[in-house]
Amino acid sequence: MPLSDAMVSGLRSGNMVLISGRIISARDASLKRIVTALKRGEELPFRLKGQTLYYMGPTPARAGKVIGSAGPTTSGRMDAYTETLLDLGLKCTIGKGKRSPQLREKMLRCKSVYFAVVGGTGALVSRCISSADIIACPDLGAEAILELEVHNLPAVVINDIYGNDLYEQGRAAYQIK
Amino acid sequence: MRSIQCRTITVTVASLFEQACICLPADVTSSLRRARKSEKSPLGLYALDTILTNVKAAREDNVPICQDTGTAVVFLELGQEVHIMGGDLNECINEGVRSGFRNGYLRQSIVSQPFSKRENTCDNTPAVIHLEMVPGDRLRISALAKGGGAENCSRLTVLPPSAGYRGIIDYVVSIISECGANACPPLIIGIGIGGTAEKTMLMAKRSLLRKTGVHNTDPETAVLEREVLAEVNKLGIGPMGYGGRVTAMAVHIETFPCHIASLPVAVNIQCWCSRHNEATI
Repeated sequence: MPLSDAMVSGLRSGNMVLISGRIISARDASLKRIVTALKRGEELPFRLKGQTLYYMGPTPARAGKVIGSAGPTTSGRMDAYTETLLDLGLKCTIGKGKRSPQLREKMLRCKSVYFAVVGGTGALVSRCISSADIIACPDLGAEAILELEVHNLPAVVINDIYGNDLYEQGRAAYQIK
Repeated sequence: MRSIQCRTITVTVASLFEQACICLPADVTSSLRRARKSEKSPLGLYALDTILTNVKAAREDNVPICQDTGTAVVFLELGQEVHIMGGDLNECINEGVRSGFRNGYLRQSIVSQPFSKRENTCDNTPAVIHLEMVPGDRLRISALAKGGGAENCSRLTVLPPSAGYRGIIDYVVSIISECGANACPPLIIGIGIGGTAEKTMLMAKRSLLRKTGVHNTDPETAVLEREVLAEVNKLGIGPMGYGGRVTAMAVHIETFPCHIASLPVAVNIQCWCSRHNEATI
């Protein structure tokens, strides 16, 4: 991270990747605040251009731990907010579950990639996070905006920049009519 | 008459939730292992392997299996001979949820004023409590940590009786087809048939407490459970929606007599991470 155009062009739906670097996490209530702030012309506490956004709200960390359980939340709820962020250079989103056709079209136009992390695997994801700092919305508790340092976070490409969708492809390959 | 102190209930509820969120029930892990044996898709196998590794990691690291430690749903079977002493039953259950979610480092995921402010209640209360009176002098408490992702895919309808057996199967399959990956397959599908609108959804939810894959004792219902499971698994959605043969691990159906004009059907979906724990006081 951050992802360049050259890096995303090498990715195809179904590829398994390991993600390392600094990323931002936010969801629902905090994403709503980000979009509201942008509409008001306010500055954000993080750069959007080239950014990676992980839809996630963790459990509290025990003493001496960096973060609690930190698996992905369902991305589809964030689609409306994500459209605005894509316009401003958001390069990559990480979550789970399908995106709307509208957002997928936008991701294609903006050459933005969508990865899925296996849902419910919060304990494993926690092991991949070496630092987690609240950078905004501390009052939102589990929905606060965090800056995370991740190492080898396993993910799968769902939507690449060529219009492919793993959820569609996978299902088509295994359905019995 | 037998007395049970509120304090005992509080401590029990707290412990049930703390354990449920860190240790997956053995029958769920076995079901996941069986799913792994029958899955053919490489990405589906990868998803199942990651899930099973995560279940182990959660126990080792003493961290919740999934970060969505859910709404605290509590089923009570209260014996008629029991006298609850030392407080308000609902309040002592909420106190149990409060302390279990705090001491277990579980997530505060409940907001008040759902249609406007949506302000976090900061203690994961109120719990959703379902109380049933039963014969006897025991109190059975079932704690279910119900995550939002799968709950969001749950649906209810009242079909005309003419829709019949096939109509029920088609309805369930259409719901799973639509929600696909969002509910974190492989799923456990709870279904209520009959009763009234609210009764049938409650049956669907309660069915999730069964050991995974144990069939309804009524042979005809068990056949329907098998048929729904087979039809759902033809969809090809697979583990995590990555494509595969195992979209659902089990279907649990509960039924109740209903009105001559109606056929209520509820689907309450449980993700693979079925976290529930029971105790009898």
